[in-house]
Amino acid sequence: MNRILFSIIKKEFWHILRDYQTLMVILAWPVLMLLLFGYAVTLEMRQIETVVVDQSHTPQSRDFINALASTSFFKMVDSDVPQHDFEHILQERKARCILVLSPDFAQSLQVNPETKIQLLIDASDPNAANYIQNYLMQISAQYNFKTNTKLVLPFVVEPRILYNPDLKSYFFFVPGLVAVIILLISALLTSIAIVREKEVGTMEQILVSPVHPIQIIIGKTIPYTVIGFLDSALVLLMGHYLFHVPIIGSLWLLTFSMFLYIVTGLSFGLLISIITNSQQVAMLAVLMSTMLPTIMMSGFIFPVESMPVLFQYVSVIIPATHFLTIIRGILLKGSAFADLVPQLSYLALIAGFLITLSIRKFKTTLE
Amino acid sequence: MIAVEVKELTRRFGNFTAVKKVSFSVRKGEIFGFLGANGAGKTTTIRMLCGLLVPSSGQARVAGLDVYTEYEQIKKNIGYMSQRFSLYEDLTVRENIRFYGGVYGLSRAQIKERTEELLSFLKLHEQAHKLTASLPLGWKQRLALSTAMLHNPQIIFLDEPTSGVDPVSRKNFWLLIYQLASEGRTIFVTTHFMDEAEYCNRVSIMQDGVIAELDSPQELKKKYHASNMQSVFMNVVKRAQNEPDSF
Repeated sequence: MNRILFSIIKKEFWHILRDYQTLMVILAWPVLMLLLFGYAVTLEMRQIETVVVDQSHTPQSRDFINALASTSFFKMVDSDVPQHDFEHILQERKARCILVLSPDFAQSLQVNPETKIQLLIDASDPNAANYIQNYLMQISAQYNFKTNTKLVLPFVVEPRILYNPDLKSYFFFVPGLVAVIILLISALLTSIAIVREKEVGTMEQILVSPVHPIQIIIGKTIPYTVIGFLDSALVLLMGHYLFHVPIIGSLWLLTFSMFLYIVTGLSFGLLISIITNSQQVAMLAVLMSTMLPTIMMSGFIFPVESMPVLFQYVSVIIPATHFLTIIRGILLKGSAFADLVPQLSYLALIAGFLITLSIRKFKTTLE
Repeated sequence: MIAVEVKELTRRFGNFTAVKKVSFSVRKGEIFGFLGANGAGKTTTIRMLCGLLVPSSGQARVAGLDVYTEYEQIKKNIGYMSQRFSLYEDLTVRENIRFYGGVYGLSRAQIKERTEELLSFLKLHEQAHKLTASLPLGWKQRLALSTAMLHNPQIIFLDEPTSGVDPVSRKNFWLLIYQLASEGRTIFVTTHFMDEAEYCNRVSIMQDGVIAELDSPQELKKKYHASNMQSVFMNVVKRAQNEPDSF
């Protein structure tokens, strides 16, 4: 009984090790994704191209412009362009925003309690426009506090940013990537490994031997569980040492929930392999049914709470939704088992449903 | 001693009946040939006997075991080689043998012993560490048969084992079959090569899901006044087409 299982596991590892190309893709892909999300893909903005039109030409106006230029947010690309060129500059995307200080800026500061400066923003990218506006308001607020000591505000909000004080976006992406990678590796590789044997014809030879279906299923899934674990460990270690993503919570809890999540992915892959007969179809089916929902609807990038209600219900049956809450909680917030009981239960429920269905559907005869 | 006994075995796929009330029996140690055109029902019959398909009706016993209830036991007593390629091309010769040995529950020592036996028998010692994909088709076929024999089964089902193989390799393959039969094993083989039919002790000719003829090649040739099995087969097919009601 165990000897049979061991033979199947060993054979599956031979397949994996012999197929260097696939193995390299499996190992390199998560690393590439991590570097991409860590360094390139970020929601923050820096070096925003800015044109400053200083019509005041006073020490006060220069002081304010210096305050802007000294941050890494704004990059001055041009200055003092005539008004009829504003449209041009934005159209040709030479700058994302134009700041105009009127001739009476310094004078108005002395007499008028409310001096206005103009900011023209290209909002063809609304997210960027939002950032530009917020950055400038923060800088001008700082400038106001510094220069106008008489300024009295009824109250100020003093935020304390917890769990990710520097608001680094890769603190958000690294745990998310683990979720995407585990699901993809476990579901995709398992389904392909089984469908390939159907396609080539070797499954027939195995089915005619006294192997029990459970042995085929377990023997086929264990190697990919190991690969899935290795891959996620790789991403977590790189995230931890390269990007300094903290791992505050318990490693045991992390491992346990990763295991539960991998089982969910594997049983999904198993189900796909049972209902498809060619590797291409299996691959497409897995990519369509895991990648898209996981990236778009699980909270990987877009928060679930801001989705339409219907999609929020759909997100409940996406395993990644729950796993993201779990892994972000454990890594960044140090959440304990008790904090994550609802998410873990959902995950166990989905895994249990999928695995029961796939074992029951696994055919030991050819139809 | 009866190795395989089949009574009114039937298999339907939806509205299509692939095998219609087929009855025959195969003696122990016999080389039993199954002839017929593609789609005549040969593969479906063989799959029912190996536990790969559940019959729609009728009875069948393999090695004295019932195909409906004792298929797990049957699987331990039969060897099976399908017309589709059953070896892993990305595994070496030795690894293939080791895997199939393991699947049949052989111990490590047994696998080692059987591997050495097989490699000497097939003269594959030098190729043992090469990938199976690099072997010529004829050798692959003989290796496939040998891996199907690792657990020493008494009944062997071969489903078009020589399709796509050159004549010399086919001859070598048949020498292997003779050797297995001389050891007292029962060989159940399907083929569409009529010259191979001559090598069988008895042949049954299948046509549209029924057995049209069943006898030794000598008797069949006598009956149809034919010099070879090719013309016997043509006559049987013609007769079946002329009087379809008799089946």
